[in-house]
Amino acid sequence: MNTLPQQLANGLLLGSMYGLIAIGYTMVYGIVQLINFAHGEIFMTGAFGAFTVYFYILPDGTSMAIAVPLMLIGGGLVAILIAVGAERFAYRPLRGAPRLAPLITAIGLSLALQEVVRNFYPGADRAIAFPGLDTTHDIGSVTIKDADIFLILAAVVCMAALAFFVRKSRTGRAMQATAQDPDTAQLMGIDTNRIIVIAFAIGGFFAAVAAVAYGLKYGNIDYRMGFLMGLKAFTAAVLGGIGNIYGAMLGGIVLGIAETLASAYIDGIPGMQQLGGQSWANVWAFCLLILVLLVRPQGLLGERVADRA
Amino acid sequence: MRRSLVILTSVLATGALTLTACGSRDDNGGGDSAGGDTTTLTIGVDAPLSGENSTTGLGIQYGAQIAVDDANKNKLVPGVTFKLKAFDDKAQPATGQSNATSITGDKTAVGAVGPLNSGVAQSMQQVFASANMVQISPSNTNPELTQGKNWQTDKKRPFKTYFRTATTDELQGSFAADYAINGLKKKSVFVVDDKQTYGAGLAKIFTEQFKKLGGKVVETDHVNTGDKDFGSLVTKIKNSKADLLYYGGQYDESALLSKQMKDGGVKIPLFGGDGMFASTYIEAGGAATEGDLATAIGVPADTLPAAKQFIETYKAKGYKGDYGAYGAYSYDAATAIINAVKAVVDANGGKVPTDMTDLRTKVVDEVQKSDFQGLSGKVSFDEYGDTTNKQLTVYQVVKGEWKAVKTGTADLN
Repeated sequence: MNTLPQQLANGLLLGSMYGLIAIGYTMVYGIVQLINFAHGEIFMTGAFGAFTVYFYILPDGTSMAIAVPLMLIGGGLVAILIAVGAERFAYRPLRGAPRLAPLITAIGLSLALQEVVRNFYPGADRAIAFPGLDTTHDIGSVTIKDADIFLILAAVVCMAALAFFVRKSRTGRAMQATAQDPDTAQLMGIDTNRIIVIAFAIGGFFAAVAAVAYGLKYGNIDYRMGFLMGLKAFTAAVLGGIGNIYGAMLGGIVLGIAETLASAYIDGIPGMQQLGGQSWANVWAFCLLILVLLVRPQGLLGERVADRA
Repeated sequence: MRRSLVILTSVLATGALTLTACGSRDDNGGGDSAGGDTTTLTIGVDAPLSGENSTTGLGIQYGAQIAVDDANKNKLVPGVTFKLKAFDDKAQPATGQSNATSITGDKTAVGAVGPLNSGVAQSMQQVFASANMVQISPSNTNPELTQGKNWQTDKKRPFKTYFRTATTDELQGSFAADYAINGLKKKSVFVVDDKQTYGAGLAKIFTEQFKKLGGKVVETDHVNTGDKDFGSLVTKIKNSKADLLYYGGQYDESALLSKQMKDGGVKIPLFGGDGMFASTYIEAGGAATEGDLATAIGVPADTLPAAKQFIETYKAKGYKGDYGAYGAYSYDAATAIINAVKAVVDANGGKVPTDMTDLRTKVVDEVQKSDFQGLSGKVSFDEYGDTTNKQLTVYQVVKGEWKAVKTGTADLN
């Protein structure tokens, strides 16, 4: 059996999820040059927001066709609220401070959010079962399920909408201007504070979309889910060229596929048996990052500075 | 520079003093509340009480709690009130080690129950050995802990203070392999482990026994604890045409792996060890876990006639966690310590020895001589500190619940 198509599909799916989260890192970095390390936890709170809608608000037995959009709204609202709140109360007071200060704040916020969820969300001290979309489809030799289709559709729709927004809308253009030069943008009458809030909100919403897809795909969520996903998404953003929204998605997909193929095929190479398999996937992913950064320090799409937003 | 050093030193000194103050206040509190001529002795319990593995960890904590409550209620040791002090090791060896230091540092502590994880036990053993304090784990199954690094060829007990009421992976892995071949009639297996002391050890023993019994191990792979996406691994399993997946590790990863495997169209059961025998496995993996199997040490708590009262108490108190896996073994472990204290006190003319070091040393000796009917059966230890109770059970997920399908004693051949 040829497993390559299935492995590519696995990688593409994982990569789309990284990409959706990476958008949040890249947009915030593009505008305020801040690496928001709490973004993984914003992703996590999005998942808990969506779960709250499903479990505590919707009546039992609601059809998933109705539940999923409502979960997206609920998770999105929570993630946006936390992302914007973090900006307003944790990062904005440090806007003029040395760069290290907001970075440390972000790490602290990340730990704080994890512990808050663990301690105060009922049952969150262990994995919580999330409703799944588990109907499977065989397309040729590739097996995928409804949650995978949702993930791909969500990634495509979100990217298209974001591209349209950044290029065509007034606010989008204001964003590009702020990214290029915040001081001049402000002199031209752009409310940069508002633009920064919008960047955080969009990042938060995309993270929530990824979080819902995560829950539907893996069937459970926990308070630590944001840590590794956030780290991987950050890697994806750097790989694609941090500050560039297309780069974030491309970086995510490249990372996802590289990880999957590495764990699938490296142990088949003679003499490499010890260095293959699932447990080495992360090692190879980070090797790829180092290689790319050696050759292209600005990342895959890093040179399109004008487009970054 | 010099000034900041002074400030730093004073801050540290203040901090240290504050901490010491807290410590002594604690100790005084314990002594005072005991009052009169009763002595309060502490038994430490260490297990993951939050995060990974906490469901089973809490079962250990409360299992020991009930043993302590029973002993106090029945005045098992006249003049002695036992107090349980719980420590959360978060399944981290380093945290376990520092907890062990706290327990041995407590002047009223006579012994400890725990930990849950074999990997954590490795870092705790030396601390207890140095303090000459008894440690009984209700769940560690790695053979090295009692029989030394070369347990397969040359058994040698590394620490005489370490005991366990759980049987070893040598027996568990063999029992599983035997059931896979003779019970399930499986011929080819894909083996995955999480590279931890427990998981990798168990997978290795299973692999050896499965081959010995004529089965074929088609492929092996390893995962990291904390991994969530097993898409690539599932495709490999599918391609390998194995008819069974054996997993050495905990439920955190195996529940996700089982779900993703079945969603990916691989309809073979996942078979694991006692590390994934918990209701959380079924909750986290959902309907996909139907038909999956796990071996667990001992016999089901619900079927033990002696454990009936224990289960009722556990439920009545509304304790969290899962008593099913190790609760009864934890109860027996705590009881072994309590009985040992009783033996020491009796031998000392009904008085608690005033020298703590002396008491701790004697308790270790008495635990070694343990011989009583516990909840899980007869509790006694062999020359390595292993339990002589070698019963094991295979469980299967049937209609969303673990059901015992085979109970027996592993026989090595």
